[in-house]
Amino acid sequence: MIPFDYRRAQDPADAVTAVAERPGAAFLAGGTNLVDHLKLGVTAPDLLVDVSRLPLDGVESLPGGGLRIGAAVRNSDLAAHPVVRERYPMLSRALLSGASGQLRNAATTAGNLLQRTRCVYFQDVTTPCNKRDPGSGCSAIGGYTRYHAILGASEHCIAVHPSDMAVAMRALDADVIVLSQDGERRVPLADLHRLPGDAPHRDTVLDHADLITAVELPALPMARRSTYRKVRDRASYAFALVSVAAALELDDGMVGDVRLALGGVAHKPWRASTAEEHLRGAPATVETFRRAADAELAAAQPQPGNEFKVRMARNTIVAVLRELAGAHGMGGEHR
Amino acid sequence: MEVPITIRVDGAERSMTIDTRTTLLDAMRDRLSIMSPKKGCDHGQCGSCTVLLDGRRVVSCLALAVAHDGAEITTAAGLADGAELHPVQQAFVDRDGFQCGYCTPGQICSAVGMLEEAKAGHPSHVTDDLTGPIDLDDAELRERMSGNLCRCGAYVNIVAALREGTAS
Repeated sequence: MIPFDYRRAQDPADAVTAVAERPGAAFLAGGTNLVDHLKLGVTAPDLLVDVSRLPLDGVESLPGGGLRIGAAVRNSDLAAHPVVRERYPMLSRALLSGASGQLRNAATTAGNLLQRTRCVYFQDVTTPCNKRDPGSGCSAIGGYTRYHAILGASEHCIAVHPSDMAVAMRALDADVIVLSQDGERRVPLADLHRLPGDAPHRDTVLDHADLITAVELPALPMARRSTYRKVRDRASYAFALVSVAAALELDDGMVGDVRLALGGVAHKPWRASTAEEHLRGAPATVETFRRAADAELAAAQPQPGNEFKVRMARNTIVAVLRELAGAHGMGGEHR
Repeated sequence: MEVPITIRVDGAERSMTIDTRTTLLDAMRDRLSIMSPKKGCDHGQCGSCTVLLDGRRVVSCLALAVAHDGAEITTAAGLADGAELHPVQQAFVDRDGFQCGYCTPGQICSAVGMLEEAKAGHPSHVTDDLTGPIDLDDAELRERMSGNLCRCGAYVNIVAALREGTAS
């Protein structure tokens, strides 16, 4: 591990200034991903600016029914928050399906959004990786692809974003509040994470000294009937092969409204907008769910070794929509 | 960069000057000779370094000591009341919840933290009703303890010990 300086930020603006002044600086919050990367040599900041004690750990209801989640709220606290459990169950379930009890107690909301891919080549500094070492090549292409993308990848990178929480937040149309030296701005979560393109070293649109201070969820009454399903190689404590966050509103046997996002399939939380379009206004039947999933996955370009994820994603979408429709007493036809 | 810090471990205040790269785990083991938290994977995957940090279970291998100046830490060795074992410790002994014992201090700290979380009504991945009361059946115990690996495979008796710990 390369030696680094340490500084405890006095307030959010102080944190931003401290990182802006040093090109090699990084923010430290829960540290569950960063400290691991320091040990692995994946990253080597020369200054850590500790934001973990800043007063950014509140969860407040917003006028109009939304929810503001402080950047430093621990994953475990957010999952257990009474308002999240009742009004945004998909978010609670997504958080609870991620990592372990110990890690959720340390990991923060903003840190969860900004965690790096678990691509084995990214984490192994002895192998080429365009994300870790731009221009060095992608070892995953033609390599071990089980945990890699089937949507939106590029010839430079096929890594996926590992967060469960972010998938639920993407389905919920969350906004991220970002502080920079120019002041505060609002970034839709939809625009926060990037597709790899020819610059896979950039996970997000954030600049060096941008500090996430909060995430805001809109009031979304339909989210009360929502869930998150994660398919993985172990029953617990493993990253997703495929995951689905969904909310479904039925109107007399028809899909009134729907929110659908996928995890484990792309470089960013993947909003299944095409599937949503197919679903809205259509009868809430398994046939509809299948057609919608197929329409979304028509663009899938799996790698040799992860072709199975296309069918897995399709089946998981259908299963989750059936489950939600079943809660309305619908969607059980055409088994 | 060297930084002075003070932490309380198992009730005793300990001051030292540490390199910023030092984890809480290494500070305890290498600097304070507190050997109860174990180094297994050193990457947050095995849970053997689990301690209670300001009352909550965390893996001490991914916590930088410098960021936890002033923290109150309880290790498995600090759970006993004199010669009287903590009920969870006693349950592990009674139920043979270990073989080699290397993961055991982490398992026990994790279990104590886990039982507090359940008491506070926190749901888990396998909880059907997110807003209902928590019933710590075997599926719940296994899910909530999935961050602690036991390479001897003593899981069956660990679950039995936890059932007992839950009752007490």
